[in-house]
Amino acid sequence: MRLNLLAIFAAVYLLVLYAPIVLLPLFAFNDGTVIAFPLRGFTTQWFAALLDTPALHQATFNSLVIAVSTAIFATILGLFAARAATRYGFPAKAGIIGFIMLPLVLPEVIVAISLLIVLMQLGLNSGTWSIIAGHTLICTPFAIAILQGSFANMDRSLEEAAVDLGETAWSTFRLITLPLVSPGIIASLLICFTISLDEFIIAFFLSGNEPTLPVYLWGQLRFPARLPVVMALGTILVILSVLLLVVAETFRRRGLKRAGLKDTGGFL
Amino acid sequence: MSQKTPIVTLTGVQKYYGDYHALRGITAEIGQGEFFSLLGPSGCGKTTLLRSIAGFEDLSEGQLLLDGRDMEGVPPNKRPTNMVFQSYAIFPHMNVAENVGFGLRRSSMSTEEKRRAVGEALEMVGLGKFGARAAHALSGGQRQRVALARALIMKPKVLLLDEPLSALDKKMREVMQVELIRLQREVGITFILVTHDQEEALVMSDRIAVMFEGEIAQLADPETLYRRPNSRRVAEFIGMMNFLPATVLPTGPGGGRVALEVAGLGRAELETAQCPGGAAIGEAEIGLRPESLTVLYEGQSAEGGREAEGTVREVVYYGDMTYYDILIDGAPSPVRVSMRNMPGRRVLDFGARARLAWDPRAMVLFC
Repeated sequence: MRLNLLAIFAAVYLLVLYAPIVLLPLFAFNDGTVIAFPLRGFTTQWFAALLDTPALHQATFNSLVIAVSTAIFATILGLFAARAATRYGFPAKAGIIGFIMLPLVLPEVIVAISLLIVLMQLGLNSGTWSIIAGHTLICTPFAIAILQGSFANMDRSLEEAAVDLGETAWSTFRLITLPLVSPGIIASLLICFTISLDEFIIAFFLSGNEPTLPVYLWGQLRFPARLPVVMALGTILVILSVLLLVVAETFRRRGLKRAGLKDTGGFL
Repeated sequence: MSQKTPIVTLTGVQKYYGDYHALRGITAEIGQGEFFSLLGPSGCGKTTLLRSIAGFEDLSEGQLLLDGRDMEGVPPNKRPTNMVFQSYAIFPHMNVAENVGFGLRRSSMSTEEKRRAVGEALEMVGLGKFGARAAHALSGGQRQRVALARALIMKPKVLLLDEPLSALDKKMREVMQVELIRLQREVGITFILVTHDQEEALVMSDRIAVMFEGEIAQLADPETLYRRPNSRRVAEFIGMMNFLPATVLPTGPGGGRVALEVAGLGRAELETAQCPGGAAIGEAEIGLRPESLTVLYEGQSAEGGREAEGTVREVVYYGDMTYYDILIDGAPSPVRVSMRNMPGRRVLDFGARARLAWDPRAMVLFC
């Protein structure tokens, strides 16, 4: 009996978690503008409609620029912080690392509002660059969490051995450290990219007249006729997100294997 | 060994980590081609000293000369030393040959010469056919050999070994001990070994520095260290040692000898040379190794009548040997006696009375 209850619980849990997402592709291919059952028939016209919406293309382009920049900045910052956290001891280390990790639990709306206030006080226009800054802030903790794992898994004496065998600090980083943490770097890039691409609140507060994809989508919800198109776009985004996460996790596991380590439960 | 030209000279070496005083004035000379061990319990500073020689730690005070050159401010990659790390630090993303050849990257050798050097180094450690093997497909003993080959290919003046055998099982450890001694004779390079295993140090070393709390307690060859430990602490750390209270008698025989009354054993005469500062009259302590006490069987008697009697308090049978704890009459605590088991010689029972012979020449006076 106990096993059965557990199975039912698991089934309900998964259903509640994923049923809404399953609705996305369902209505994306539904031949009708009203989002309601019964379904009307199969169509790909909503996907076709995506292609001739220039505003959408601009929003996608904005989002990609922001996501790529965020991924790079957050990963570079994360690299520095993770190396420092795992290799060196310094005063108030736990406090400083905790402070850097804080945005992980800080409500995004607070980050968004404070950034907006700072921008307004400085008399600067918000725009793509300010969203990049905001996203870097919230993505850096993720990058650190991933990269800290990579550095912690790496035997410190490997770097010392390379120096002992005649290499400089920089060539040691290039020949030993970088190849061994590179799977972590790739995983971090991919995850930060995904987070930034999906992020709404900061983008909404700071986007000004250059909407990102999620902000554009939200704007479209005001027009009921556009809903199926939104569904189609959502479907594509879900597939892309899942793909990116799978690739990121694959790289993380490959990194562990390369370092000859057992998988002890990953970041994901 | 000390007549050999020193390759490593340590003078008044001090190391602080904040308030922690890790090395407290280390002074020693290590000779060309010597197999030198730093032996001590964990936290005694032996690894810190080794890492200071390698250049991974800066000295707080004092001087380190390597081959006559002051190493102040010289980074590890510019020192004539190479290290075998405790974890072996085999680069996991390279195969065996790439690992071994790593240090030759910056050398002016041709590719062909490098290839040959790697082959020779692998041959030397008995891994001739393993060049293409992936690093993670190696056993512990093989990793150890790769680490050795990778360091030796650099032809260092001094090879530093940080607990190189601690990760191996007992059998493999014994194999590698012999292997290391052979390698060291073959290449003639000075080896400095860090270990907490006194047996390992005794087996392999020309000289051993026993370290406690950042200081060298005794620096000597293995035999001197075992036979003539200069303090109770060293004696306890190296092998097994019985301690008995003794009184230094005022009526010594003179002529470089001193008379003692040892609890349970009686009067003994020892060389005063054991106490460089002179033996103070009064309370003292002597040490006696378990193999320096002999159980006497019926009909046997001790030379010079140096016999004692006691009761067997513990019997530990090892097959080739038996260890007895015997409480000698008049002694405050039992002494351990090790006896080789011979055919036709009965193992004593618990509680039995036993006669013991002792030899004052094996006695160590702690003063």
